Amino acid sequence: MKILWELFWTFAKMGVMTFGGGYAMLPILQREVVESKRWVTEEEIMDYYAIGQCTPGIIAVNTATFIGQKIRGISGGIVATLGLVFPSVVIISVLAGLITNFSHLVWVQNAFAGIQVCVCVLIFNAVMKLLKKSVVDKRTAAIFAVVLVGSVFLRISPAWFVIAAAVAGIILKNLEVKGK
Amino acid sequence: MSVYLRLYWEFFKTGLFAVGGGMATLPFLKDIGQSTGWYTYTDLMNMLAVSESTPGPIGINMATYVGFTVGGIPGAVIATLGEVTPSIIVILIVAMMLKKFRDNRYVNMAFYGLRPASTGLIGAACVAVVLEVMIGIKVLAADGALVNTFQLAGEALIKWPGVLLAAVLLVLTNVVKPVKDWHPIVFIAFSAVVGIVFRFAGV
Repeated sequence: MKILWELFWTFAKMGVMTFGGGYAMLPILQREVVESKRWVTEEEIMDYYAIGQCTPGIIAVNTATFIGQKIRGISGGIVATLGLVFPSVVIISVLAGLITNFSHLVWVQNAFAGIQVCVCVLIFNAVMKLLKKSVVDKRTAAIFAVVLVGSVFLRISPAWFVIAAAVAGIILKNLEVKGK
Repeated sequence: MSVYLRLYWEFFKTGLFAVGGGMATLPFLKDIGQSTGWYTYTDLMNMLAVSESTPGPIGINMATYVGFTVGGIPGAVIATLGEVTPSIIVILIVAMMLKKFRDNRYVNMAFYGLRPASTGLIGAACVAVVLEVMIGIKVLAADGALVNTFQLAGEALIKWPGVLLAAVLLVLTNVVKPVKDWHPIVFIAFSAVVGIVFRFAGV
């Protein structure tokens, strides 16, 4: 039971300290669970992090679940994740309540109109960064273009694009192997 | 269906299909807003700004915020739990066969296609926000796709102050050293001040 509490609080602390998501989390995570707690090794955490990026969901959550289950099985995985999301739920609920109360103020509306422009730029930058990693040849460029245009003009759930792209990846890679 | 059950289910799907971290959930959140009418795209962008500026993983912050908007504190908890449930299930399964998963050819092949698709989805979300915020075209009515809901949101077609601010931010976040490595919260705060000073909302 004590170890579960420790997991919860360690990951809750991680949730407070990661400002900016999964990518910002890795260095803090290494210091905490590898160097100070010695729960996992450096290699293990790199593996977890790599797999966390290529499985569905939030990278930080995936990594937390992985470390938790290593230490205490299924309950460990669940407790670590709950710890990680706990601060977000508290902080955002408080902030969201406050913002709703002040949203009628003129300066708040103007501030958010300015912030929306910034959000556009932040999303654009994120896309550019991801492009470099995900579009590696002509075929991945084609998948990117088809999904981009398809998603702008068609009203279907993004899930269908994800499923189709996974199938396309398998087919294209198989053709490549056969072609050699 | 109760709203909480729907909330859990929508976020379960988001957690299951969003590949590549927090920003990858954005297209799904956009889709939820459109199909349920719970919030507008503008609301979602405000939530994203707050999520970027507060501690915690962005994906979790956004899920909590959307959940709170829909159903208060219970909504916030339920949306977040919905989003992490698939992660927990998938990771627990993967952990049991770690070695096999890492070396599996099909997993690698699928991700060859998944990564550019995920980028494309976020790119489409980006196109929609740019049209809405800077060109003044209301692109995402609660009921339709981009093409059949084009309508002018205001009198001006291109919002020049917004375009100008975006250009400045693009340069600051990509070119100018050391400014480009600063945390996004700095640029969000800067934009808020510019918005207030130049009355971006037009009020």
